Amino acid sequence: MPLLIAEQLTVLRGDRALLRDFDLQLAPGELLHLRGANGVGKTSLLETLAGLRRAGGGRLRWASDDALPHWLGHRNGLNLQLSAVENLRFWCGINGVPAAGIDAALARMKLPPRARLRSCRLLSAGQKRRTALARLLLQPRAVWLLDEPLDGLDVDGLALFAELVGEHLQAGGAVLMTSHQPLPAPLFASERLL
Amino acid sequence: MSALVALFARELKLAARARTEWLMPPLFFVIVVTLFGFGVRPNDPQLAAFAPAILWVGALLAALLSLERLYRSDQEDGTLEQLLVSPTSLTFAVFIKSLAHWLLSGLPLVLLAAPLAAMLGFPSALLTPLVVGLALGTPCLSFIGGFVAALTVGLPRGGALLPVLVLPLIVPVVIFGAGAVRASGQGLDASAPLYFLAAILMFTLTVLPWLAAAALRNAFE
Repeated sequence: MPLLIAEQLTVLRGDRALLRDFDLQLAPGELLHLRGANGVGKTSLLETLAGLRRAGGGRLRWASDDALPHWLGHRNGLNLQLSAVENLRFWCGINGVPAAGIDAALARMKLPPRARLRSCRLLSAGQKRRTALARLLLQPRAVWLLDEPLDGLDVDGLALFAELVGEHLQAGGAVLMTSHQPLPAPLFASERLL
Repeated sequence: MSALVALFARELKLAARARTEWLMPPLFFVIVVTLFGFGVRPNDPQLAAFAPAILWVGALLAALLSLERLYRSDQEDGTLEQLLVSPTSLTFAVFIKSLAHWLLSGLPLVLLAAPLAAMLGFPSALLTPLVVGLALGTPCLSFIGGFVAALTVGLPRGGALLPVLVLPLIVPVVIFGAGAVRASGQGLDASAPLYFLAAILMFTLTVLPWLAAAALRNAFE
């Protein structure tokens, strides 16, 4: 039973249809790497799947009715005035997740304890990305939709990302991601060219 | 419940970090009203007659100052996306954000109105309809303004457009707000205009958060 099925989806950007009759299936344990030139509609497709953008047509079916994907876009979703911990606490609040796991998640992402309490304005791009990725650990969700998650990550960060994704796939989750750089070493992705 | 606390705590924290956000409107209000005092002849009795209009316009313009940033930073940094994907209803989030905006920039203006009115030589017997009117009228501005801020969030230079769109929409609020004071001054019952204000407030509280949420969703298209 696939976790996510898109049938004959039309992806819109403004009035323009970027993709027509697009079919996609995401099975448990699958890592799907979306590839394609700039402007072909990778981000818009992910946004449509996440429910941020209205689909122009077609059907989107999730494994269960209350299934929520994890969404990480180009933008980290971190307010620069607030610290990493405060940002994640807000995220936990709006998602009804206990905030107790925040420290463990940030420790797993190897964000130094002092950096966790500093306002995000003072964090490097890579540290902000790590904070954003820490959300994936706060609540188990079957489908991860990640748009360029490797942006700004260093070698260590890439290894960490590969580890997280590997564990998620092992646990029967699925990941749909875009990336212009090759995926870090042990990950093996099926590719889809748009 | 956790979403309510999280949304509210975030607004308060952000206000505490950026003090200009909530110090600006009351300061602006005080300065504008004081300038009117300096602009006319000393002890001009006319000033007391114009005081309701001055206070109402001053308060509404001051509350307008901090509206633009209500959703802009959330949209730019991606918080809005996380909110859209989360199970928390966007309408609810919009309601809480507008309410927090009123608490931080509308309520101080209501509290400042009485001392400023006294400064303009405003008869103290008329203070009650003035302050009650402002207490009902400033939340209308936060909710109407929140709706327009949501409409203009995706536009470049939306900040310049905001006052132009908001001010015509708050004309009824000013009419009934100043009308309550005028009725009271003529020895009439002020409750009719105040009830009208309350009705406008109920309308903005119940309808506009839905429209604002739809506008925010639309900012993605």
